[in-house]
Amino acid sequence: MTWWQRLWRRRQMEEQLEKELRFHVEQHATDLIARGHAPREAQRQARLALGGPEQVKEKCRDARGTRYIEDLLQDARYAVRTLRQKPGFAAVALLTLALGSGATTVMFTVINGVLLRPLSYPEPERLVMLHEQTQDDPSGWPFAYLNFVDCKRESRSLAPMAAVRHGGGTVSEPGEAEYVSGRQISSEMFLVLGISLVRGRAFLPEEDRPGAAPVVIISHRLWLQRYGEDPKALGRELVFNGKPYTVVGIAPAGLRLLGDVDVFTPLGQNTEPIMRNRDMHPGIHVLARLRPGGTLAQAETELALIGRYLAEQYPKSNEGHSIVARPLQQELVGDVRSTLWLLLGAVSLVLLIACVNVASLLLARAISRERELAMRVALGAGRGRLVRQCLTESAVLALSGGVLGVLLAAMGIRPFVTFWPGNLPRAEEIHLDWRVLLFALGASLLSGLLFGLAPALHAPARELEQALRAGARTVVGSSRRLHSAFVVCEIALAVVLLVAAGLLARTLLRLSSVDPGVDAKNVLIARVALSPNALSSPATMRVAWQDLLERLSAVPGAQSVAITDLVPMDNDENLIGYSTTAAMPPANQIPLSLLTSVTPDYLKVMGVPLRQGRFFEEQDRVGSELVVVIDEVLAQRAFPGRSPVGSQLWVQFLGPAKVIGVVGHVRHFGLDVDDQARVREEMYFPFAQCPDEFLRLASSAMSLVMRTTVAPLNAAEAASHEVRGATRDQVLYEVRTMEQVVSGTLARQRFLLLLFSVFSGLALLLACIGIYGVLTYLAGQRVPEFGVRMALGARSVDVMCIVLRQSVGMIVIGVGLGIAAALAAGHLLGRLVSGVRPTEPLTFTIMISMLVVAALLASFLPARRASRMDPVTALRQE
Amino acid sequence: MSAPKSDLPQGTLDLLILKVIALAPVHGYAIAQRLEQVSRGVVQVPEGSLYPALHRLENRGLLAADWKETETGREAKFYRLTRKGRKQLESEAASWQRLIDAIGLILGMADGGAR
Repeated sequence: MTWWQRLWRRRQMEEQLEKELRFHVEQHATDLIARGHAPREAQRQARLALGGPEQVKEKCRDARGTRYIEDLLQDARYAVRTLRQKPGFAAVALLTLALGSGATTVMFTVINGVLLRPLSYPEPERLVMLHEQTQDDPSGWPFAYLNFVDCKRESRSLAPMAAVRHGGGTVSEPGEAEYVSGRQISSEMFLVLGISLVRGRAFLPEEDRPGAAPVVIISHRLWLQRYGEDPKALGRELVFNGKPYTVVGIAPAGLRLLGDVDVFTPLGQNTEPIMRNRDMHPGIHVLARLRPGGTLAQAETELALIGRYLAEQYPKSNEGHSIVARPLQQELVGDVRSTLWLLLGAVSLVLLIACVNVASLLLARAISRERELAMRVALGAGRGRLVRQCLTESAVLALSGGVLGVLLAAMGIRPFVTFWPGNLPRAEEIHLDWRVLLFALGASLLSGLLFGLAPALHAPARELEQALRAGARTVVGSSRRLHSAFVVCEIALAVVLLVAAGLLARTLLRLSSVDPGVDAKNVLIARVALSPNALSSPATMRVAWQDLLERLSAVPGAQSVAITDLVPMDNDENLIGYSTTAAMPPANQIPLSLLTSVTPDYLKVMGVPLRQGRFFEEQDRVGSELVVVIDEVLAQRAFPGRSPVGSQLWVQFLGPAKVIGVVGHVRHFGLDVDDQARVREEMYFPFAQCPDEFLRLASSAMSLVMRTTVAPLNAAEAASHEVRGATRDQVLYEVRTMEQVVSGTLARQRFLLLLFSVFSGLALLLACIGIYGVLTYLAGQRVPEFGVRMALGARSVDVMCIVLRQSVGMIVIGVGLGIAAALAAGHLLGRLVSGVRPTEPLTFTIMISMLVVAALLASFLPARRASRMDPVTALRQE
Repeated sequence: MSAPKSDLPQGTLDLLILKVIALAPVHGYAIAQRLEQVSRGVVQVPEGSLYPALHRLENRGLLAADWKETETGREAKFYRLTRKGRKQLESEAASWQRLIDAIGLILGMADGGAR
């Protein structure tokens, strides 16, 4: 019989065992009777000879080898039964554990989807992203197109290699005009990603050139929406940005490339001048695959060589530039990593507190069951057996909590991901999988062990007699210490979370009161895609923008309207070099400034204060003298101690320009980090003076900004209608308010604060429950002692003091430990979250006082109850 | 109780059980009796440990068991040796013999030294 057969036929085995032993005894008795013993005496002797039948049976069961599993099942059944006997206890413990493990599982699910799971491309570990890099900007620049072409030609270790550039636009036929997200890609992009199209083909190398026939690959969504999934869509025409393209391929559903994409066009067909300029970095990102067997280190060495070669060949643009490769996964995930681990850490603290709480509940129960356990030992149970039983009980509890937690996580994961501020990379790949389940199982078992160990080890071994005689009312010193240790732990953990939440709250408060430099109230922001017809020449573009501004000023609720190529605080930048002398410093030493191209009413719309001189007017247009307006920071930097108005400034690509005014500084890089930003200087120039060759590029980057007299989003509908124009192919998209943009810069802090508030609230609640439970229990154990004290003349206040003194001791130690841990946690938080100052005595004081008050309140109830009892009843309990 | 009885040296119970069963399939009670007879009352087999030992041996595949009728017409569990059990018996008996020889040699030597 195999072990599982033995396990399965347990009943049969038991019956046979019983029968075998009965046969033995009866046979023995028969023999004894035959030798002349009286039947009753014979029976007695035969039974004595065999020994205690139950002990023999136990040993035989041991010999079966399935003992552990049988015991486990038995213990599990017993555990469920005892839990059901005390539903209150079970509910509190399960709820605590479910919350703890649910929160932890949610965080792990996100981490698993975003950080741990490999990218969903074939051989994802070989995918890399390339950057140009300068010494003073290690974060990396996007590529210049020509540098990409050279790099692709020269590299041996990276192949295939492909480039991608954002290039959205208006699809006007077939169907309604709609702005869609687009990418210009070089021909080998799909080869790099290793994905095949659902229909049609990728771009051919000869299509990836200026002047080739316009071809397009469309997304599955667009195929469905515009062609109804018709296979004959291939070869049909799609009008994109006013130009007819032939559909040659359909991308698989859900394909993303640096975000959602609807339209792919060949990058090589782009004839904008910017593509031929090594100085310009028009947002080209380069992806490549390591050759089979090649390593990242080899590729980096080779890229360094190519970078040096390019710097020698084109010193004017490439001096000081190097080329680096980084794993794609790391690139896509970016700085989310630290936030995720931070949250997992915080959530684990909550789980830990939950465990400690359940541990102290279980310990109290174990002590009250001491007599039962001692009885079992007296009846022959080994200590190991009792420990195992206790552990099984906690495992049952932990696993049930874990299952509930996974259910909670399954329900909570989507809302959590949606709630994430900004874009959570790879959000679509986040779901529960076997790894998450394994994690939840592991976490539950580990926490079960954690909170089950103390009560299990408490199982009696020595002084059985005492335990049996004493009853459940004496508290052994060690258990009191253990209980206090639990409370101390809980308080310390709660201090850490509370202080972290406090630090975040203070940071948010402080940053919210920072002046952003703009008046964000009642400002509508939207991107504009001009009518494709208007894009045909610089003259038509200028007319189209002018017309747009005029029509929008007539929209009801509009106060003033402007366009800009850079919305403040919107995670975008456009850096340019400047100089106060005609002799420009070399490219790597030139001071940089943010450059924004705007129309005259911009200042009015954004509420940026004018400090000196004037802002742009209608007369500043192409042909008139080039003018710029600078902010205070640039004025300070370039013209210290004198008025800049009227001075000359030499600006890269624009040439010499006259400074006509100074305006207030706008915290472009966000309320939190603007002070530490690499480049803070800001410069504005009139959109009307934009050189013809850059007009197309500028037009595609323009955003509408509109100050309204009504709530901004209420004006959006009318504005959108007005923009559509006569040809109905001009669209507004990404409609937002400036207030949303400003508060978006603090989204991370706000999000973390919210989660930490929830976590620390939970921690505080659990710690209070813990203190309350432990003190109630400890005071309950001391009832007879208090009775004696009161009988001897102690007042109720004295008894209360005894109980409170005990809790104050625990609180003081817990807070002490907590402060030390919170200091460390604060430093971590300060490193990971911008704007957080790790040591703020006020925050520490406030949060800790809150905890102490709550803890004292929680201990006050049991103390009062102890002091109010009747000494006579108390004494009788003995 | 006439003669002083010794405890069974550890590990020998299994060997004795195997030896008894090797002669013919028997039930537990018979094994206990046979052991007592064979060892002429010198070795006391605690009957309490006989059955766990039988079950352990069965579990290890050295013994097999069938329910059969005894000569008195009652049903009993009869144990018999498996092939594996027979092999085990042979090797254990041999090593036991070697041990006895060695001990005997040592004891004999000590006697000689005293003379």
